[in-house]
Amino acid sequence: MSAYDVESGDQLHPGDPVTVDRYTTRARLNHWITAISLVLLALSGLALFHPSLFFLTGLFGGGQMTRMIHPWIGVVLFVSFFALFVRFWRANLWRSVDLTWLARLGAVLGNHEERLPEVGKYNAGQKLVFWSMSALIVALISSGLVIWDQYFFSYSTLEQKQIAVLIHSIAAIMAICVWIVHVYAAIWVRGTIRAMTRGSVTGGWAWKHHRKWLKELVTGKTKHGRTQAVP
Amino acid sequence: MAFEFELPPPPTENVTSNLGEADWVRRSASSVPPPSRQLTPVAKLIDVSKCIGCKACQSACMQWNDLRQPIGVNVGAYDNPSDLTPESLTVMRFTEWVNPQTNNLEWLIRKDGCMHCADPGCLKACPAPGAIVQYSNGIVDFVHENCIGCGYCIKGCPFNIPRISPVDHKAYKCTLCSDRVAVGQGPACAKACPTHAIVFGTKEEMTKHAQERITDLKSRGYENAGLYDPPGVGGTHVMYVLHHADQPQIYADLPKDPRISPIVQLWKGVTKYAGLTAIAAFAAFGFLHHLVQGPNRVTREDEQNAKRLTEGSTS
Repeated sequence: MSAYDVESGDQLHPGDPVTVDRYTTRARLNHWITAISLVLLALSGLALFHPSLFFLTGLFGGGQMTRMIHPWIGVVLFVSFFALFVRFWRANLWRSVDLTWLARLGAVLGNHEERLPEVGKYNAGQKLVFWSMSALIVALISSGLVIWDQYFFSYSTLEQKQIAVLIHSIAAIMAICVWIVHVYAAIWVRGTIRAMTRGSVTGGWAWKHHRKWLKELVTGKTKHGRTQAVP
Repeated sequence: MAFEFELPPPPTENVTSNLGEADWVRRSASSVPPPSRQLTPVAKLIDVSKCIGCKACQSACMQWNDLRQPIGVNVGAYDNPSDLTPESLTVMRFTEWVNPQTNNLEWLIRKDGCMHCADPGCLKACPAPGAIVQYSNGIVDFVHENCIGCGYCIKGCPFNIPRISPVDHKAYKCTLCSDRVAVGQGPACAKACPTHAIVFGTKEEMTKHAQERITDLKSRGYENAGLYDPPGVGGTHVMYVLHHADQPQIYADLPKDPRISPIVQLWKGVTKYAGLTAIAAFAAFGFLHHLVQGPNRVTREDEQNAKRLTEGSTS
């Protein structure tokens, strides 16, 4: 079976406990630039979305500054997320096992992982987060350019701008909801956050949540010799 | 005989403003206490049939508001500048229209600018608290120190009026000379108009005056003459007498039935509330789920299994 889920940099370190490298330093940097941009965008965007949140413009130096800086952070996010997309898309391709996993969402939420099929580097939930975020960011950057009046005012009609601002706000709300799912899952499933801070997870975490990925790493290692994996 | 709606001469003594924050009935992205007094609604009536296109109104507007329109280019029409700008809060729009019934060429000249809607789309779209206000006399005004330059007012306006200044990134439009009205004067454009095509007074007076004008126009063969005071935006405090009121769009695309776009209503209405509710619901779900189910922890057994698997492959 092809090791479709194993990305470059994923590596096994036997020991007690076993640790598994999940994200390279570059991938983590890439992730956190995206994360910081997304949080800043959400804060500055929400400030202009609802009057009760207008006070958030204070974080950016006032209304004028918020209006000016928001689209530029959007550009940073888009470029950064694009790099992340190129990095992660292959391991996020949809597999038949994902449907089975998703059909047993009750077991997922009930912490009954023994009732779920073994999954690779990403489970169906993570893949949905990945793909919905990808789609939403495309919607956000394209509608955002249409309403970036300082540079692109003359490229669209007023009606197109009205539609764009509606799409932009709805897509932003959806992206924030997806972000909440993403952050909550990382908190709820203990041992996850270290994957994005230190870059590695424990073998037990991989065994419990991404057994197929762990098995592929193990078999892959025997296939290519185990010299580099032994400490 | 003196003209009935002649504006008063400039005051020679100190004046005090009779229009202030206490007269606000609406304030963008915020609320105001109901005003203690109701000012008489005012209106500017623009009689298109009387306009000679001299642009004295444009000059007066620039002079009073101390604005200087940079020299532009000739676009092959009398419109100068060719569109509203942050420096030109009013613009004469010239249309050469062939009346299909008489086969006559009619030169339609419409003074464009803010209509001061009773239901202002700009104010409803504005996200900055206090950047747009509406007075109880009907004037809709921009408060520039609160403007953030986002351009939402342009998207909300059914008449495409506000313009963002590339210099200070703030939105500009006709104020109906609120500063002049505050001291009992009329708008500068009305003061300057040599044919009384622009008249200013109470909305009631102006509506009555318009009816006289319409009667006159009808007697001269303009059977579709009428008043433009579109109900879709709750009526306006700038009104037109049109000789062809049945087809306002011939006057440089004056909308026939202007209203705040349903897309804008959707954006500023249900999306705003449903959006925050959705975000709160997702956050609440996470919180409750953690409360009920608790964390998903890796057990010692999982670690042992991982170790066995790894070692199994190495032996």
